[in-house]
Amino acid sequence: MNMSLIISQLINGLQSGSVYALIALGYSMVYGIIMLLNFAHGDIIMVGAYVAWLAMVNFALNPILAIILAIAACVLLGVVIEKVAYTPLRSSPRISLLITAIGVSFLLQNLAQLVFGAGSQRVPAMISGPSLTIAGQYVSFTAMITIVISVVSMLLLTLLVQKSKMGKAMRAVSEDMGAAQLMGISVNRTISFTFAVGSALAGIGSVLYCCAYPQASPTMGSMLGIKAFIAAVLGGIGSIPGAMIGGFCIGLAEAIISAVGLSVWKDGVVFAILIIVLVFKPTGILGKTMTEKV
Amino acid sequence: MSINKKIIPMPLRYIINAVLFGAFLYIMNHIISSGIISKYYSGVISLIGIYIILAVSLNVATGYLGQLPLGHAGFMVIGAYTSAIIMKSVAAGSTGVAFPFALLAGGILAGVFGLIIGIPALRLRGDYLAILTLGFGEIIRVILLNIDNVLGFTLTNGAAGLQKIPKTTTFLITFICVGITIFAIHTLMKSRHGRAILSIRENEIAAEACGINTTYYKTLGFVVSAFFAGIAGGLFAGYIGILSPSDFGFMKSIEILVMVVLGGMGSMIGSVLSATVLTALPELLRSFERYRMVVYSLILVIVMIFKPSGLFGTYDFSLNSLLDKLILLFKGKRKNGQKNNEIKEGAEK
Repeated sequence: MNMSLIISQLINGLQSGSVYALIALGYSMVYGIIMLLNFAHGDIIMVGAYVAWLAMVNFALNPILAIILAIAACVLLGVVIEKVAYTPLRSSPRISLLITAIGVSFLLQNLAQLVFGAGSQRVPAMISGPSLTIAGQYVSFTAMITIVISVVSMLLLTLLVQKSKMGKAMRAVSEDMGAAQLMGISVNRTISFTFAVGSALAGIGSVLYCCAYPQASPTMGSMLGIKAFIAAVLGGIGSIPGAMIGGFCIGLAEAIISAVGLSVWKDGVVFAILIIVLVFKPTGILGKTMTEKV
Repeated sequence: MSINKKIIPMPLRYIINAVLFGAFLYIMNHIISSGIISKYYSGVISLIGIYIILAVSLNVATGYLGQLPLGHAGFMVIGAYTSAIIMKSVAAGSTGVAFPFALLAGGILAGVFGLIIGIPALRLRGDYLAILTLGFGEIIRVILLNIDNVLGFTLTNGAAGLQKIPKTTTFLITFICVGITIFAIHTLMKSRHGRAILSIRENEIAAEACGINTTYYKTLGFVVSAFFAGIAGGLFAGYIGILSPSDFGFMKSIEILVMVVLGGMGSMIGSVLSATVLTALPELLRSFERYRMVVYSLILVIVMIFKPSGLFGTYDFSLNSLLDKLILLFKGKRKNGQKNNEIKEGAEK
């Protein structure tokens, strides 16, 4: 195998890894705040892709508007799901919450299948620009923009969580919901805000994913979502840089497996990574050890 | 007088149930073999039996043990492939004799996988366990799709799957398996081990503090669940005749989970009834097929929000307890009647 092929695979890996990282952030934030594995998160991405497709193909809107619409739809959907399905269950056992999340995920998938059909739709290119040649290596514009946008989003999110008042509230709620409420923090609003931010990141992820693989299909979200969750677990649930590292690791691992000609085993290997991480270091690379409360 | 007192003595209770179940088998078998029910409907009845086994076995892990494995279809597919490979290799004449052994082999292999995945998985809890078992189910599927290329001989046939599996699943063998499954799980849950499993569901830390070996009992529950899922898989292979890995994805696990959740996690009768209804309904209403998964997912969300315990909660039906109550009621009435008569007689005197 020659060098340039390896490098181009690595760039592919970084590109899909940054999409995973963006989605993993949503999982990580929601898990951090209400201890819920939000299965529906992956399907929010699917809805975002369909909105972008509808806006561009059926309504012939310009790409920038389509991107904004897709992100707005994701935010709205995320908040609505939280209000309708998760809020009534906040005090029930976690297994009920998890089953509800699975139910919402399947509902979105099957509704999409009913409305748009089981086949996939081609999403037209949303971002275009000149491709670069760095040190003799061809790098596509979408790959660059994907990596840049995800790193920038990550930095902005870190600022939001660490510096803003809302970020402080988010950290307080994830630390101890009851105590946060006693300090005058509106728990409901904070949780909704978390879902909104997570879903906005999913919306950005959805647009970037469509740039790499220009297709929208009802089941595209489930595998993407699960892999992003694996990335979040690998990096350490609840940690922003962890999600980034986890996303890049998963993306690179996939690219390497494809490069050596074992692409049929790709999904299996990703799950094997999950199992190994969970068994040997369940807190992930950057996660904090959580003590169990009685 | 306590209600819980058993009037019908213990062996008799088993005998009553066994006789009634035997009569049910005999009558239904007679009806089916005499051709009163069409072949299509008798097939649906077998399918109902298979789903009952799946739901009841998942109920062990979800309802009684309180975990949420999402890889039940993975255990099912192991049983299905094992049984199908054995059945395809035996001579055409002896398929009837070999089938129970093939089923057993499928169940045991699924149980072994349950043990392999259970030991690491059960150290985790809640969401992590769910995602891990989900991953396991997907890995099984990927392996079944690609194992032939690696090993270099034809075993699972890749994406095309196994075809021309002898169709040996009959009503009788399916419902004998249903009976054995329900009996085994019922007696397990009524035993000391069952109470240990229930205590883990209620509070794992408290159970551990009481000296219950939680890892052992969690693994036990998991293996039992996997074993019966493997049996159901074998029956499914003999029912459908064609297997392909894509039929046993995450969707299938969720379908079974819906049955357990709707019936009530921890209720055997709930699992049996909801498996029956949810299998029969789409078969009877073919036009409903398009909306089936939408309705299933709505059921999950709505049941969880409005009645998280499911339709039956943890209620379990027991024919003998019902009989007990009837006998008590009857006796009570007669005694009251006698008393009234005595009073009347006294008054007359």
